[in-house]
Amino acid sequence: MGQELLTVKNLNKSFGGIHALKDINLTIRSNEIHCFAGINGSGKSTFIKCVSGIYEPDQGEIILNGRSYSRLSPQEAIEKGIQVIYQDLSLFSHLTIAENIAINKIMNSKKRLVSQKEIYSVAQTQLEKIGVEMDLNATVQESTMANCQLTAICRALAMDAKLIFMDEPTTALTGKEVKRLLTIVMDLKKKGYAIVFISHKLDEIFDIADKISIFRDGEIVGDFERSELDKKKLSHYMTGREVEYPRYVRTFQDNTPLLQVDRLGQKENYQDISFSVRPGDILGLTGLLGSGRTELGLTLFGLNPHNEGSIFFEGRELRRLTPGLMKSLGIGLLPEDRAAQGLFANRSVKQNLSSVVLERFSRTAGLLDQKEEERIAIEISTDMNVKTSSVDAPVSTLSGGNQQKVVIGKWIASKPKLFIMDAPTVGIDVGSKAEIYDKIQFYASQGMAILLISDEIEEIVLNCNRILVMAQGRQIAMIEEEERLQASQSELEEKIMQLISEENPLPVQTQGGAVV
Amino acid sequence: MDRIKKWAAKDSTLSALFVIFFVTAVSLRLVVGKTMYTPERLMLMGFQIPEFGLIALGMTFSFLLGGIDLSLVANANLSGIIGAYILTGIWMPGLSPEMSIVCGIVSALAAAVICGSLNGILIAKFSVPPMIATLSTMTFYNGVAMALTGGESIIGFPKAFTRFSTATLLGIPVLFVLFAIITAALGFLLSATGVGRKVYLYGENPVASRFSAIHNERLIIGIFTQNGFLAGLSGLAIVSRVTTAKVGYGDAYLVQAMLVAIIGGVSPSGGKGKISGVIIAIIIIQVLSSAFTIWQLSPYNRKLIWGFVLIFVIFMNHIIGLYGQRKEKTLKEK
Repeated sequence: MGQELLTVKNLNKSFGGIHALKDINLTIRSNEIHCFAGINGSGKSTFIKCVSGIYEPDQGEIILNGRSYSRLSPQEAIEKGIQVIYQDLSLFSHLTIAENIAINKIMNSKKRLVSQKEIYSVAQTQLEKIGVEMDLNATVQESTMANCQLTAICRALAMDAKLIFMDEPTTALTGKEVKRLLTIVMDLKKKGYAIVFISHKLDEIFDIADKISIFRDGEIVGDFERSELDKKKLSHYMTGREVEYPRYVRTFQDNTPLLQVDRLGQKENYQDISFSVRPGDILGLTGLLGSGRTELGLTLFGLNPHNEGSIFFEGRELRRLTPGLMKSLGIGLLPEDRAAQGLFANRSVKQNLSSVVLERFSRTAGLLDQKEEERIAIEISTDMNVKTSSVDAPVSTLSGGNQQKVVIGKWIASKPKLFIMDAPTVGIDVGSKAEIYDKIQFYASQGMAILLISDEIEEIVLNCNRILVMAQGRQIAMIEEEERLQASQSELEEKIMQLISEENPLPVQTQGGAVV
Repeated sequence: MDRIKKWAAKDSTLSALFVIFFVTAVSLRLVVGKTMYTPERLMLMGFQIPEFGLIALGMTFSFLLGGIDLSLVANANLSGIIGAYILTGIWMPGLSPEMSIVCGIVSALAAAVICGSLNGILIAKFSVPPMIATLSTMTFYNGVAMALTGGESIIGFPKAFTRFSTATLLGIPVLFVLFAIITAALGFLLSATGVGRKVYLYGENPVASRFSAIHNERLIIGIFTQNGFLAGLSGLAIVSRVTTAKVGYGDAYLVQAMLVAIIGGVSPSGGKGKISGVIIAIIIIQVLSSAFTIWQLSPYNRKLIWGFVLIFVIFMNHIIGLYGQRKEKTLKEK
């Protein structure tokens, strides 16, 4: 067992009347990977901000390297070797990998002039620590998400970190990249670092954790050794209930195809895609990042014109696709990036929910019937179980899961016949996830056709009655209903995993430094 | 008192504006004296407000979309000059005075609408950033106006047209009434109709607006065309009051319009602001401007002051914004 690095005693923090952290007691040791689990808003981030000096705790003691503090300044925290890698990484996208790694260290050394050589050597040293080779001259912008994540780790190491907090580092990574990252994290542990790892993905937690602390409603409801827990028990502690996702089975009777896609192709993104979707189908579209799944979804919503093949909807060939046309036909799209593409952050929940269906409550001369709008918004938010103080609250005040329900809800309000959902549960907690699966399956059972785009294979296998696997812009397999019903959950997951990895060698470095 | 408090809390921007308005109005009365609010003075304000008020409304809409329209005044100027050529009989000679007024007004507005839609097309169809697009058209419209006139004034308008600027209805300037109607209509458009809602949604997040199947391009072209129409009206109002048309008239209005929009609580980054705030801001600026006239400040001194106030207000907004963010953050943490 490693030595105690950080001990927290009776830590309390309130915002207004809300008790965000209640009597937190926790010890973090070197040579250990300590996982924090908990749904959104359970207090994990607030805790990190208290021990890294961003927030001042109301009460309690923070003991760092044997010295006790009632509060820390960010500078002190850094000097004592605490580094936090936030989800957005906070990298400079136009600077090179080397500069990003070295910048904090060099800024901290208070030298007025910097030499490229020094930057390079600092960066190289850190890369050696994690045993990875990367093109140091590539800018962050042209690097993969995985390399950016490694850059942020190296930056932390350059600051002589002893304890590194990693806030959901794997969200934007593909399966292979996640494995690589986890290997690196384990390696850092062996070298004596303490790592606090936050993830929504239970598999990852069990892969690497030595200790698991579970946050719920601002309290730590359990501290466990890895061996004392299993998945079921963990999600039980996180949500207060055990999560069992039901597997979707199509019961809808109508077998006339709703959408038919014939040898569809678009330069550089995907080629030769053919499939059809019936009402009540949940067709899974899976593959790695860059497999063309998202681009295909965009095309079907009229945002990314195809240049080969044809699209038929209700037997009619569609030309000159625009989002407006697709909406009028009854096709909706849940975009993959909730914040950038889905939400009007400062607008109310109500106005977000009604944004797609303005014409549903437009009267003469474009006048909006505000009462009808309110009625629609309340109906949808109740139906989607959106937790908000009122439909007039800004949508930015909601938790990630509830925001996602709003973005789904705004399309549900338009009663689509085909709903294309890209990454519907990325970055949301287990509880909301279960609710969204439930809704997806319910709408499909009512006859809505759903195209579910996701790289979470478990999600695809659970919810989809048919699965299309893509790799490098090509359709590599179509798993039909019969096969899916005969195979078990894990058999299917393994099969898909294998299909994807066979077709996708690890990203290779090119001479120019860009990763392909 | 409680009711006032409740109302003030409901719309903090508007209540702050009311306070600023009262402080400005009262302190000017104290500094300037009785001559500040004589009936004649108020009447004069009523004549002037429509000219830059219309420009300010245009600026408001472009701000709401997260853009800017720098060409408004140049457009007003050019369309005023085009109208003037017809009104004075230099173009289309031989028309009766009535016909020349109708033709003059129609062609001035048509030119303004075309100029406005050109901005919209550049921005929507060719993805030119609004700042660049309207700076280019501003330069272009000024250039066209200069090429047409050679910098000379156009004079000799029909009496009926120039009288229009000083006409009153029940003691209120007709132009002001017209302006009030337009403002009310635009306020209604923004707050109660689908188009207005789309303006706010687009301004808040254009990408999400596209993903919500809103016709972004149509919206942009429509609003910038409407801006052109407002500029055209303003141009005619200027020509009618000054009784001449010349390149460069109304130049100071551009900064004033930005100032009005920003003071009125319209965020230049889009999606936030109401016409009600803009109305109060228009009055504040007009009152100040009248005081400048009483003090006989030169146009240069005025420019200096407007420029300084604009920077100051932007700075203050930034501070208030930071404070608001902190408040929001603590709310969110809850």
